[in-house]
Amino acid sequence: MLELTAIETFYGNIQALKGVSLKVAQGEIVTLIGANGAGKSTTLMSISGVVHPRKGSIAFMGEDITASTTERIVSMGITQVPEGRMIFPRLTVRENLLMGAYLRKDKAGIREDEEHAYALFPVLRERRSQMGGTLSGGEQQMLAIGRALMARPKLLLLDEPSLGLAPLVVENIFEIIVQINKDGVTVMLVEQNAQMALQIAHRGYVLETGHVTLEGPGKELLSNPKVRSAYLGLD
Amino acid sequence: MLEQQLVNGFTLGLIYALIAVGYTMVYGVIELINFAHGEIYMLGAFLTLSFISMGLPLPLAVLLAMLAAAAIGVLLDIIAYRPLREAPRLAALITAIGMSIFLQNLAMIIWGSRPMPFPKQALPAFFSEPALTFSDVTISWMQIIIYAVALLLMVGLNLIITRTRVGTAMRALAQNQTAASLMGINVNRVISFTFALGSAMGAMAGIMVSMYYNTMYPTMGYLAGVKAFAAAVLGGIGSVPGAMLGGVVLGIAETLGAGYVSSPYRDGVAYAVMILVIIFRPSGLLGRAVTEKA
Ligand SMILES: Nc1ncnc2c1ncn2[C@@H]1O[C@H](COP(=O)(O)OP(=O)(O)OP(=O)(O)O)[C@@H](O)[C@H]1O
Ligand SMILES: [Mg+2]
Repeated sequence: MLELTAIETFYGNIQALKGVSLKVAQGEIVTLIGANGAGKSTTLMSISGVVHPRKGSIAFMGEDITASTTERIVSMGITQVPEGRMIFPRLTVRENLLMGAYLRKDKAGIREDEEHAYALFPVLRERRSQMGGTLSGGEQQMLAIGRALMARPKLLLLDEPSLGLAPLVVENIFEIIVQINKDGVTVMLVEQNAQMALQIAHRGYVLETGHVTLEGPGKELLSNPKVRSAYLGLD
Repeated sequence: MLEQQLVNGFTLGLIYALIAVGYTMVYGVIELINFAHGEIYMLGAFLTLSFISMGLPLPLAVLLAMLAAAAIGVLLDIIAYRPLREAPRLAALITAIGMSIFLQNLAMIIWGSRPMPFPKQALPAFFSEPALTFSDVTISWMQIIIYAVALLLMVGLNLIITRTRVGTAMRALAQNQTAASLMGINVNRVISFTFALGSAMGAMAGIMVSMYYNTMYPTMGYLAGVKAFAAAVLGGIGSVPGAMLGGVVLGIAETLGAGYVSSPYRDGVAYAVMILVIIFRPSGLLGRAVTEKA
């Protein structure tokens, strides 16, 4: 479904990705783990077309999207829940959700998906006329996920959804990610919380300073000694 | 006397408000002080003049001038500012000053540098007549028209910003550009739309001023631009209701200052207000504290 081939992405002269290749197949949950600054967010931003790789290529459903605009990429079915959630603080919860459906024209479908978002995250329904910025961190994360789902994505990119959230809330978010995947959305999950990410992922990649250094099924990586010591804090 | 000053100040204030919303909206989406915005206001007046001299009826001339000014505003952004989007902010700011000077000089080449009257024959005769008189206060028809048009435009602008899809996208863009583009919002298109809206409003202000004072000249945008910018700062740069309020407050303050202190100081009021706001309340009357901006 998605294939990155040796992409190299730069910020000015700083090279953040030094040839990253990875694949995501339809229906999978694929996780990308790695330390701070490894290039996880840059990988997702490259896929979304917010930054463009200088070398290598990105293909989605057989189409080359390496140089495509974000608008085009979103309309093809890739949406992202960015790191730090980036909800619109001075738009209401409802307006935030509707911005997620910006490129869609089918009013009835949008209404349906708004209801679906409220069903998935009931707290959003209660808060729908409240400004996004007044929500708690966990609620903002729910809003960010709900907003991304409003585009009816085929592939959902999630950047550290557990960041700064209480364990109970993290558990809830992860359950919902699994649910979203069961509903037919392919998921690419970037996480520092490697333990939880690898538990729900079909496959995983380990990113170190712009290179993929390990890959394999989630369970296998969980028991890999290098992963255990470097990312799980186990011996 | 005081009442008459208030009436005149309010009129002037609405004009400033119409210009100020253009500064504040553009600042909201791309954090640029568009110094050439005053020239769009000036062009509104001259374009109307040209359309009238081509024989078009007044309402059509005004409408076309607004549309043309909107197009010029959009082009200004595409040609001058868009290539500098990733550059240091100072580069765009200097470019804006350059575009302001360029447009002033272009107007001098096209229309000459001397002040021109608004073509009298195009205006209905009753415009300059008093519409309402209470004891010693008179409100002219022209003033009533300025009130009506300004209020109509501002209500319309507010509806666009708060109720429409593109208006919501404008607000989203102002709050978080990366997030906005991740929604699939075409950022450049929304920025163009912002320039178009602000320019059309600014042009209308220039058109009405040239009718009200019965004069227009290529450098008229400079002082009006500075004052409207002061109004935007007073209201809280980035805040549309703030720009409206700031314009009205500044117009009244200026007129009272001219009437009660000394009229040569009239233009100084705007600078004084701007300096006081920057010292004592940098976020303006209705603006948010700057630290909140991500
Ligand atoms: N806008 C930017 N300008 C310059 N350098 C950047 C920018 N964004 C990221 N970088 C650099 O690129 C590298 C990769 O950053 P990236 O944000 O992709 O890492 P990450 O794996 O997501 O880290 P984290 O876990 O901390 O979010 C880092 O060295 C970072 O300093
Ligand atoms: Mg990151």
